[in-house]
Parts: sequence; C-alpha cells; structure tokens
Amino acid sequence: MENEAKLTAGAMVTFAIAVSALVILPYVQVRDVKAPEGLKPYTSAELRGRASYIANGCVYCHSQQPRSESFAPDAKRGWGRASVPGDYYYDKPHLLGSMRTGPDLMNIGVRQPSKDWHLGHLYQPRAYVPGSIMPPYPYLFDIKDKAEPGEEAIKLPPGYTPPGKVVVPTPEALDLVRYLQALKRDYPILPPEPQEATGAKTSSVAPAPRPTPAS
Amino acid sequence: MDSAILSLLGAFLLSIIGLFVFIWSLRKGLLVENPRAASAIFARGEIGHIDDPALGHAGQQRFQAAATEPGDSGHLPDAHEIEDRIAADRSSAFPVFMFIAFACMWLLFGGIAGLTASLKLHWPDWLVSEAWMTFGRMRTVHLTAVLYGWITNAELAIIIWLMPRLLRRPLIGNMWIMMGGALVNVAIASGIGAIGAGWTDGLEYLEMPWQIGIFFAAGMVCIIGPVMYTLVNRKVESLYVTTWYHTAGLLWITLLFIVGKMPGVHFGVQQAAMNWWYGHNVLGLWFTPVAVGAIYYFLPKIIARPIRSYNLSILGFWTLAFFYAQVGGHHLVGGPVPGWLITLSIVQSMMMIIPVLAFSINMGLTMRGRMRLGMYSPTLRFMMFGGFMYLLSSLQGSFEALRSVQQVAHFTHFTVAHAHLGAYGFVTMVLFGAIYFMMPRIMNWEWPYPRLISWHFWLASIGIMIYFVGLTYGGWLQGLVMLDETRPFMDSVAVTIPWLQWRSVGGALMVASHLVFVFHFLAMAMRFGPNRAGAALFATQQP
Repeated sequence: MENEAKLTAGAMVTFAIAVSALVILPYVQVRDVKAPEGLKPYTSAELRGRASYIANGCVYCHSQQPRSESFAPDAKRGWGRASVPGDYYYDKPHLLGSMRTGPDLMNIGVRQPSKDWHLGHLYQPRAYVPGSIMPPYPYLFDIKDKAEPGEEAIKLPPGYTPPGKVVVPTPEALDLVRYLQALKRDYPILPPEPQEATGAKTSSVAPAPRPTPAS
Repeated sequence: MDSAILSLLGAFLLSIIGLFVFIWSLRKGLLVENPRAASAIFARGEIGHIDDPALGHAGQQRFQAAATEPGDSGHLPDAHEIEDRIAADRSSAFPVFMFIAFACMWLLFGGIAGLTASLKLHWPDWLVSEAWMTFGRMRTVHLTAVLYGWITNAELAIIIWLMPRLLRRPLIGNMWIMMGGALVNVAIASGIGAIGAGWTDGLEYLEMPWQIGIFFAAGMVCIIGPVMYTLVNRKVESLYVTTWYHTAGLLWITLLFIVGKMPGVHFGVQQAAMNWWYGHNVLGLWFTPVAVGAIYYFLPKIIARPIRSYNLSILGFWTLAFFYAQVGGHHLVGGPVPGWLITLSIVQSMMMIIPVLAFSINMGLTMRGRMRLGMYSPTLRFMMFGGFMYLLSSLQGSFEALRSVQQVAHFTHFTVAHAHLGAYGFVTMVLFGAIYFMMPRIMNWEWPYPRLISWHFWLASIGIMIYFVGLTYGGWLQGLVMLDETRPFMDSVAVTIPWLQWRSVGGALMVASHLVFVFHFLAMAMRFGPNRAGAALFATQQP
C-alpha cells in the first residue's frame, strides 16, 4: 500500500464519505423545509441591519439557537422555544453562533421590543446593563449640537449624553435595531412527526404555546 | 425501525468488517514490524548521529554524547545520500524561506490582534471609536491571520521542505509554488482587510469573502501541482508516513475550502452543519495531519532513532482520515439540526481516540528512556511539547463532544481554551520547532542567539498553559451558571471576568514569545551572528 494512487484515492474516499454525511445528506434532508406560516421574510431595512450584524461580528458572542428544555434552561430565560430548521428559512448566511458571551438573540424582538432601549444599549451597553462586557458602538451614532429636522436624538439615562450635545443614530444603527426587533420566532410550529415530540414541553415563559420537537 | 436495533445492527456489521480487516492485515503481513520503512528518513549509517541544526557546535557534541547508545557504529553516514539531501534542500530553499517569512509576519500580526481582542473582553470601552477596532472584527482578524496566515504558511513551508527530502530528489516547479504562495498571501491580506472593513461572508472560519477565496483556492492548486509532480517522480521506493499525511492534508484543505466557499449552495441549518464540518476539519484534516507528519519526521530525525512502529503510524493515518472528517457536527449539539448527524459526529469524535493513541504510543515507545534528551535540544523540546499537547487536546476534544460535557461547555470560553490548546499548544509549538530545524539548513547559517530559543520556548509554553488552565476553568464556571436557571444571565458574565484577565496575561506572554521569535528570525535573515561554512552538514560535526 505504498503508492501515491492508493494514498490519493484513499484520502479522497474518506473525504467523500465525510462530505456525503455532513454536507450532502443534511442538504437532502432539509431541502424541502418550508417557512413556517408565522415567519415573515425580512424587509429590506431589516436585511441591511442583518448585514450590519454580520459585519460587526455580533455572531461571535450571541447565538441564535435556543435549546430544548431537556438540555438547557433557555426557555426559562425568555430566549424562546427550541428552534427548528424552518425558523432559519430566510437566513442567508446562517447566524446560529457558537458562543454565549452574551445572551441568545433568536427572540430578542419578543423579549425587548423597545427601539429606544436598543439604540441606547448599542450606544453604551453599560448604561442599561451594569457589568456588561459588550462593546459600545459609538461609530453607529453621530454626536451633534442638535438634531436636524427628520432626525431623532436617542434618549439615554442621565449622565451618558455628552454635555450640551445630542446623540443621533445613523441609518445603519436604525436598520440594525429594526433587524433586532424583527427577531421573533414566537409563532407556533407543528412537530414534523408526532413521535419525535417527546423531549421537550413548553414552559409558561416560552413564547410558543405548543410542544416542540427535541432535536 | 427502532434506533436501538439500528445501532446494534451497525455495531454488529462494524465488528464483522473489523474481523475481516484483521484477517486481511494478518495475511498481508501488516502486523509484522517494518523497521526498513521506519528508517526511510535516514541515510545509510545515519542512525545514531543526532541532527539538530539549531544547536551550536558545542551543543551538538553534548547532545551527541548524551544520545549515543551501545551498538551505535562510529561510521559516517553515506556521503552520496547526504549529497542528495543537500541538493534537495537547496532546491526548495527559496520558496520555503518565502513561506516562513510570511508566516512570521502573520504570527506577529495575528498574535497582537488576538491579544487586543482578549483585552477588549474585560476592557469593553477600550478602542471603540472606529468600526475596524470592534471586538467582532478584531477577533476575526486574529483568527484569519493566525489560521490562514501563520499556520497555513508555516505548514506549507514544512511540506515543501520535507517533500524533496523524503522523496530524495530536487523539488520540481518552484516558480509555480512561489506563485501559489503569492496568491495565497494576497488572499489572506485582502481577506483581513475585507473583514476589518466589514465585508465578510459571516461564517465562522470561512469569513474571507468568497470572491477573495478564489485567490486562495487558486494559490493552493498552484502549490499542489508541483508537489504531486515531485511525488510521482520520486527516487524512493516506499513513501514515509510524513508524506502520506502531508499530501493528503494538502488535498483535503483545498477541497474543504472549495466545498465550504461555494457561493449560493448552502442554506439555513444545512449551512450551519457545513460550517462546522469545515471549521473542525480545518483543524482535523489540515493543521493536525501536517503537524503530526512533521513530528513523525523531526522527532526521530533529531534523536536519530527510527520510530518504533511504522505500521502503527499508518493505522493512525487511515483512522484519522476516516474519523476526523466526520466529527464537525458535535458543534451543533442541542441545535436545530438532524439528531443523527450529531450522534454520528459524537461517535466519530470518540473514535478519534484510536489515531491519537496510535500516535502517542508510537512516540512514547520511540522516546522511552530518551526523554532526557529534551534537555539538550530546544528543537526536540518543541516537538515533545507539541506531541504531548496533541494527546491532551485530542483526548479532551473527544470527551468534550459528549452530550453531557457539551451541555456545560458549549457556548462558553471552555471551547475557546480547547481550540487554543490544539492550535497553539500542539500545532504552533510543532511549527516553531520545525522552523528552528529548517532555517539553518535553508540559510546555511546558524541561529545567531541560541539562548533566545529557550526564552521563546518558556514564554510560549508558560503563556499557553496560563491561557488554557484559566480559560478552561472560567469557561466551565460560566457554563454551570448558564445552566442554573435560578441565577441571572449576567452572573455567567461576571464569573468569567477574572479568568478573561488571566487569558490576557497568558496571551501577553505568547505575544512576547513571538516578538523574541520574529526578532531572531529577522536577525538570522539579515545574517547576524556567526557564519557557518558551507552547507550545514551534520556529518562534519561528529566527535
């Protein structure tokens, strides 16, 4: 077994097996997933906000995949029911994330619908959440003497506005907040197959009123 | 059908296949040891003659005296074979130097970006005025610079340098390799610029925009061509195990990258599955095989003893090729992906114990009674440290894939610590050792300040240990708090702060070690320090 043909062929076979198992089979399996009825496509403003979410790397600290109650108390924290493939129907690229340095954001629009809160929190997270280690995003805001017509200064807790100035969100900040507000997966979903719905039961806190699948 | 019956059936079939493989391997004589294949890296008469180009003359003599064992012949190695090797080294010197130079630049840059990102996690209001400074971008710049810039360039250097040595012929197609290297580095630099400017594909490990990725893939193809051509025109009969790992790794990373970057194909949770299949395989099918292959060459070469078991090394190769390619799904435990996919990945993660043990037993037996040699040779010390960290990080990774461990560790800094143990404690330390070995041969020049090599080793190894231990502990605490529904989420942030600070301390030591290393590299490139006459021939150093 000492020749390059075997080496190359063998390496390619193991690789092909892995591609089939982890790329092609999932592709076949979720190809026909439909968007749930309650899920709306993103508006163009929300998509711009989503692009900003991606560009600034929010995904490296915030996941978008609440886990089932049998696994973690995500629902009890108000992060929502366990997500299903259909929830990501309009997500290109996916933003499932791999870290929870900050909380899961799959349902942040349900948990925190206030535009003012989001804008202020993006400007200075520690004005709202003491002990937060989220970076502030001053470059998404303009600091001016007064707001121009058509602009609206954000309302910050006392002591956070530069003296004598106002803080006005840029269009990018407004779009980003629109995207965050649109993160709502509180519509009911039907379990794909009845026998799979054994794992999790929805708690009173979770937004979804029906049992959800475990996986 | 019931899943229990299915898994029983699967286990039954697997064991039948295993039985047949065992019978087949007995018939083929694969269980008989093959010392000739294991000695393929030595010239005739070379066994027993230690080889550490990073040592000065006196150091080499001390090392040789310590390494000499009863039964060693006093003969010099075969001069013709040594000449072939010198010719092979000369043919690859220029491209290899280019890759190492790029690697050093990215190491310094990426390390500083990483330290900055680490500091930002406990000084959140530091450096926030511009978009490119924000944590989400800084951390991604760090990742791209060290993964693609440092590790990939350094591994390409090792592959290009070892290929002609092991095939005993000069490298063919240097210009193509140089062009490939230029393309790869253009892609890395543009990718980092794009990420800093906010242009990214948004997938972890695949952030580099696919338009830029085309350059990366084209560069890799330019490199594969000459390597394969050199391979088929080789002068040796049988391939040494390092060549297996390196050739396969080169093919794997290129295909991985192309599959992962294909625009418009992947979507939704399938994209997530692909993302982590890629993310784990960059480590599993590129960083690991090349670094393991490097240890299989450098460690026995330095101590001048063949590895204990050649067949065990081949077993390690095939089991790694099969199992490692499928482990990525465990990153999505508890996520919205098909359950079978995660189970498959967890099973294969546990199976990864086989190649890791095959490697570790082999190295352990080769080094048995010779561990003290690490005191004489800094290059060997890097290799031993890296090999041991491979065992540690791989075993940790196997158990980390289990659902019960993931429940706590997933989404926390625990995973980050694990990733650094693999990419730094194991891979990067091996790369350092290999560069210390290769550079004197490439430049025909000695390392100007040998004491700096020890400084580098201790700064880097203490740094990564502080980093790993602190962050592992902090991450575990974080996971426990997150699972405890009675505690607010903010507690899970607060509990990590001291450990994030320790991470910055460890990271600062690592960056300091990089400064030492890159300074030393530059000093050598500019020909500081003592001259070495002629090709750096170990044979002339015999006592």
